[in-house]
Amino acid sequence: MTASRARPLRVGPHALLVEVPGGEEAQALHAELLRRRAARTLPAVTEIVPAARTVLLDGLADPQALAADIVHWDVPPLTAADGEPVVLPVRYDGADLAEVAALWGVAADEVAAIHSGLEFRVAFCGFAPGFGYLTGLPAHLHVPRRATPRTAVPAGAVGLAGPYTGVYPRSSPGGWQLIGRTDAVLWDAEREPAALLSPGTRVRFEVTP
Amino acid sequence: MTGSGPDGRTRGTDGPASEAEGRAPGADHGLSETDTPATGTDTPATGAGSGAPALTVVRPGALTTVQDLGRPGHAHLGVGRSGALDRPAHALANRLAGNPAGHAALETTVDGCAVRTSAAVTVVVTGAPCPVRVDGRPVAWGAAVRVPAGAVLDVGRAASGLRSYVAFAGGVDVPPVLGSRSRDLLSGLGPEPLAAGAVLPLGAPCGPPAHADAVPWAGPPVGGLVLPVVLGPRDDWFTPAALRTLARGTFRVSAASNRIGLRTEGPALERAADGELPSEGMVLGAVQVPPDGRPVVFLADHPTTGGYPVVGVVPEAELAAAAQAVPGTPVRFVPVRG
Repeated sequence: MTASRARPLRVGPHALLVEVPGGEEAQALHAELLRRRAARTLPAVTEIVPAARTVLLDGLADPQALAADIVHWDVPPLTAADGEPVVLPVRYDGADLAEVAALWGVAADEVAAIHSGLEFRVAFCGFAPGFGYLTGLPAHLHVPRRATPRTAVPAGAVGLAGPYTGVYPRSSPGGWQLIGRTDAVLWDAEREPAALLSPGTRVRFEVTP
Repeated sequence: MTGSGPDGRTRGTDGPASEAEGRAPGADHGLSETDTPATGTDTPATGAGSGAPALTVVRPGALTTVQDLGRPGHAHLGVGRSGALDRPAHALANRLAGNPAGHAALETTVDGCAVRTSAAVTVVVTGAPCPVRVDGRPVAWGAAVRVPAGAVLDVGRAASGLRSYVAFAGGVDVPPVLGSRSRDLLSGLGPEPLAAGAVLPLGAPCGPPAHADAVPWAGPPVGGLVLPVVLGPRDDWFTPAALRTLARGTFRVSAASNRIGLRTEGPALERAADGELPSEGMVLGAVQVPPDGRPVVFLADHPTTGGYPVVGVVPEAELAAAAQAVPGTPVRFVPVRG
């Protein structure tokens, strides 16, 4: 990403929303912000919140100073991270498996191999504690949400919506297309860290019987 | 298609659920007028004279939650800040009770609450003015009051405003979650809202109660609630006419308001363009405009990301008044640039 493509937007007296052209750039900028915070070259900030094509910085003493600076940053593109991804075992028996297979133009029993063959990355979190929006689905595998959302989706349900896949950390209503379920605990407030997935985490799914 | 809302059901959090999920402001009936009858008033004091001091809930009220200064720093995990809505009132209650600012207190809604204390404890009630009684006898609001062991402290219905704060010397000492004892109604983190019979431990007092000659209470704002709004980040999503409406229109506080957001009724703000915004981070005080055009001012339990445009942001210091504005209160927004 060239630095000039970052557009800082004022968000009240103490925050800045930095808009970039797309998801890849948002993840790259988020990674750069974390590097600079770790190197103590970033001004003190309470929250760094990546999202679909923005990163929010909240709790800044002088957002305008950072806004003036950030447009000159040289942000390297996202590279494959070192180390092993988090692996989530999944039983691919979701209620929408057949529909997803039809949308993908494959047989129902091929969905597991395709989904578990991809590597994902947590672009951002939201909706509920520990819910990650995972990118990595090629465009031809993007599916719409269900026309009628379910009133209850079980904890651990693995779903698809638009460019994202994700795992419901707890039982809740939901409109994503469900393809399977994992026993992994996505969120446990008593655990350190509480969230299994956080922005930047690499994720793979593994077929389990 | 935008972000994660390809079915067009984006509700502002652009999340994997739907508008059917019932998380929208209003779902928790934070402004319920229901006057819960007192129950369990003849229950013996729990643990009196034995073990750590504690409260037993006699009358939970419409909605009473444990609140401290919240849990900032976790928004990237989908965890909001939460914490007391009327920060100055919360801080004052703690100070008068001899507590550090970060101790947890009770935040009531409309009709107060009643608790029995297992040991003698110093208590301070601030925020919305209300009658305060100990075993039926009137005591001071806005000052340190000594409540004997086994007595019932009754924090009454707010005479004006919405939310009273009840600090106990030593603080409410429930286990913290991610560093905070606050109940976040949106994420469900923190201790459950008070229920009849629930027992809440108290911490050890760590300082003498402070004294105040006059406790500030701004009272209901004359002419209604006036909220400055720093325009942006998405003011360019609205027509010039909509920004004039924001600046000149009179809105009213909706009864669907709660700890997540102050909802308004009144003129709708027209967007300059259709379409949806991919999810982006949300701040405390954000004035988000859902498709119906009625601005919602985000309060402490707001979602961390949202897909509806934010026309401006109300500075945090102005939100205490918003937290005390009863439904029907006129609201004016005063846009400020920079």
